[in-house]
Amino acid sequence: MKRRESLKALSLGSLGMAVLPATAAVAAPEVDKGKFTPGPGRTDAEIERDKKIHEQDFMTPHEMATIAVLSDIIVPADEKSGSATDAGVPDFIEFIAKDMPHYQLPIRGGIKWLDNYSRKLNGKNFKDTSAANQIVIVDTIAYPEEAAPEVSQGVAFFSMVRDLTLTGFYTTQIGFEDVEYKGNVPNMWDGVPQDVLDKYGFKYDPLYFENND
Amino acid sequence: MLDSFNIKKEKTTFDVVIVGSGAGGGMAAYQLAKAGAKVCLLEAGGYFDPADPKYITQLKNPWESPRRGASTPLRSFGDFDAAWGGWSLPDEPYKAMEGTDFWWFRSRMLGGRTNHWGRISLRFGPDDFKRGSLTGIGDDWPIGYEDIAPYYDKVDRLVGLFGTKEGIRNEPDGIYLPPPKPRLHELMIKKAAKEVGVPVIPSRMAMLTKPINDSRGACFYCGQCNRGCQAYADFSSSSVLCIPAVQTGNVTLINNAMVKEVHTDPVTGKATGVSYVNKIDLKDYEINAKIVVLAASTCESARILLNSKSSRHQNGLANSSGVVGKYLNDSTGAGRGAFVPALMDRKRYNEDGVGGMHVYTPWWLDNSKLDFPRGYHIEYSGGMGMPGFGFGMGMQGVQQHFPGNKRLGGYGAGLKEDVRRMYGAFVHMDGRGEPIPLESNYCEIDPDKVDKYGIPTLRFHYKWSENEVKQAKHMQDTFEEIIHEMGGIAIGDKPGADTNYGLAKPGQIIHEIGTVRMGNDPSKSALNKWQQAHDVKNLFVVDAAPFVSQGDKNVTWTILASSWRTSDYIIDQVKTNKL
Repeated sequence: MKRRESLKALSLGSLGMAVLPATAAVAAPEVDKGKFTPGPGRTDAEIERDKKIHEQDFMTPHEMATIAVLSDIIVPADEKSGSATDAGVPDFIEFIAKDMPHYQLPIRGGIKWLDNYSRKLNGKNFKDTSAANQIVIVDTIAYPEEAAPEVSQGVAFFSMVRDLTLTGFYTTQIGFEDVEYKGNVPNMWDGVPQDVLDKYGFKYDPLYFENND
Repeated sequence: MLDSFNIKKEKTTFDVVIVGSGAGGGMAAYQLAKAGAKVCLLEAGGYFDPADPKYITQLKNPWESPRRGASTPLRSFGDFDAAWGGWSLPDEPYKAMEGTDFWWFRSRMLGGRTNHWGRISLRFGPDDFKRGSLTGIGDDWPIGYEDIAPYYDKVDRLVGLFGTKEGIRNEPDGIYLPPPKPRLHELMIKKAAKEVGVPVIPSRMAMLTKPINDSRGACFYCGQCNRGCQAYADFSSSSVLCIPAVQTGNVTLINNAMVKEVHTDPVTGKATGVSYVNKIDLKDYEINAKIVVLAASTCESARILLNSKSSRHQNGLANSSGVVGKYLNDSTGAGRGAFVPALMDRKRYNEDGVGGMHVYTPWWLDNSKLDFPRGYHIEYSGGMGMPGFGFGMGMQGVQQHFPGNKRLGGYGAGLKEDVRRMYGAFVHMDGRGEPIPLESNYCEIDPDKVDKYGIPTLRFHYKWSENEVKQAKHMQDTFEEIIHEMGGIAIGDKPGADTNYGLAKPGQIIHEIGTVRMGNDPSKSALNKWQQAHDVKNLFVVDAAPFVSQGDKNVTWTILASSWRTSDYIIDQVKTNKL
């Protein structure tokens, strides 16, 4: 099973029957960096910098798997679009941690916090506990205003992963389709569609219909 | 004596050497080359052409950047922005003195910072040249609107911009292409602003809403002018001035040429050319020219002059007044965002439009009735823009403004639905105002530091005065009034006195001017009214360094007009043998 598929199986399982221990179904994923290709319009210095970042490793397979579970809890597949792992979010988060090193300690330490918390509750690391247990833990740290003071570090970590997951998801083709972004194509802007103008009670000033030649 | 082993001299003596290829240098190169002068154009960065596929980031998708367009130390405004470099260049340090602040944005590339600028193209009004005599604070320019108006007209025709004739006295009308229709949030802003007495008019920006010639296309509304336009449908100095200047056959463009100093003849005191370090081979080169034109940017031009010391010019060149480096001033800036519940659950359509606002607010009040002496304009943004790095972050801060009793944070399908609901429901307002130029705000040569090329670097001393802080306070009050009137919810706490009301740090608005000011009195100014050095008659400065003040008008259009005016003066002086 390829890594993405296995992670998907894991996350779909997470939402359904919470019976099998996740470890039994999933091999520890390898960090798959793929081949380095420079982005568009890069300067030589940028290519060199990005290549170096690409060649580094940051997250361990355990950390990648944990981020994959978390990101799919945050952005699961639904009737409109796919999940965070469908959109490659764990690889994105791994890149960002290398590109913006201030994320490294909070991610690494946050995962440790999560595993410690999970082991206290049920004796297993977060990713290895049942999906039902994972949701119990997430519920305690996913709502900043309601969370107990003793889990505040977990709340901060979860909020950070939520931020990175949403950004990582919505900046992909899957995310564009989910939010129905219609732009980034050559077009002729001729104003707000008439039905929208009508709905909001606007009409254009006559100056926009004058010939300025 | 110069070491002839290490210095390479060009054999040619050029008619003109121009340092810098941004708005000022590009315009001078274009005008002088068209008039037949043999021009050497020196640019401290690499070659750039917005239409060459190897540079193109326009129309790329966020996933083509591994960081989804986030900024890096090598590109401060993100992977897709056209401006190379930014707030810090690893090989070219600078510093601000303790207790003061200055942020210096540099873009080393053909066209400089015009490749990513906002294209907001405002003429100064008649009053903007006479603030000193009108208000008793600040100084007058040695020229008036009538001197530069013909050149604004010429720039309008050559470069092109859209806008509308409004007949506002201190916001002079230009020669305009049709403006784009406002987006939905802009219609809402206009309606709300009108209710609270704030005018909103079509913006004036340098995009071609209609083609103006055969070499440039028309805008195709991708909203990405800051990435550079492969159709040349907006103004950047690279596409509109430098490349056409080179095509005349009269321009020798040398890239990666980091100019160190202007050379002068010890007997006559006249400029004889410049020397530069080639950033690739790190060797020194000399260019001889009959006329030297600096357009290296406000701070860089001052740096070159201050570094051009000789026995005859001990304070640096063109600096017998001691004024070079002083009166450095940047626009004020403060902003506020808002969430607009009426824009939730919007119908989706492409509203990218031009790269920036379709409407704006020119200054509308009388400062004699206010507690601060200068005005500001307001820029607006918002709508269903392209998601990039940062999209979806801080959802708990957005959810608190959703109608009903909403749990903040969360995860899962409900969170995805919240993102869809809030998409496109934000607006942002930014004030850009006129500061009072002060002698005590300045840059000078750092006695202890050099850059990688051995060139002494700059250090800055800059503090805002009460005038700018009070102006920022007024901006914040105005933003809230408009936001409340449109049923919006201002985001975060209102910036207060502890943050100078959100006033941006000096330099952060990237509108810095004033370090080589012009004036009629050689004891108080470095340049005369033609941007010609009082001390060295074949030396000119054509970026924003000569400007006495900046109005609340982004200065690029005035740099273009002023550089063209100086170019015409140079041509006239050469023809009449006065140089």
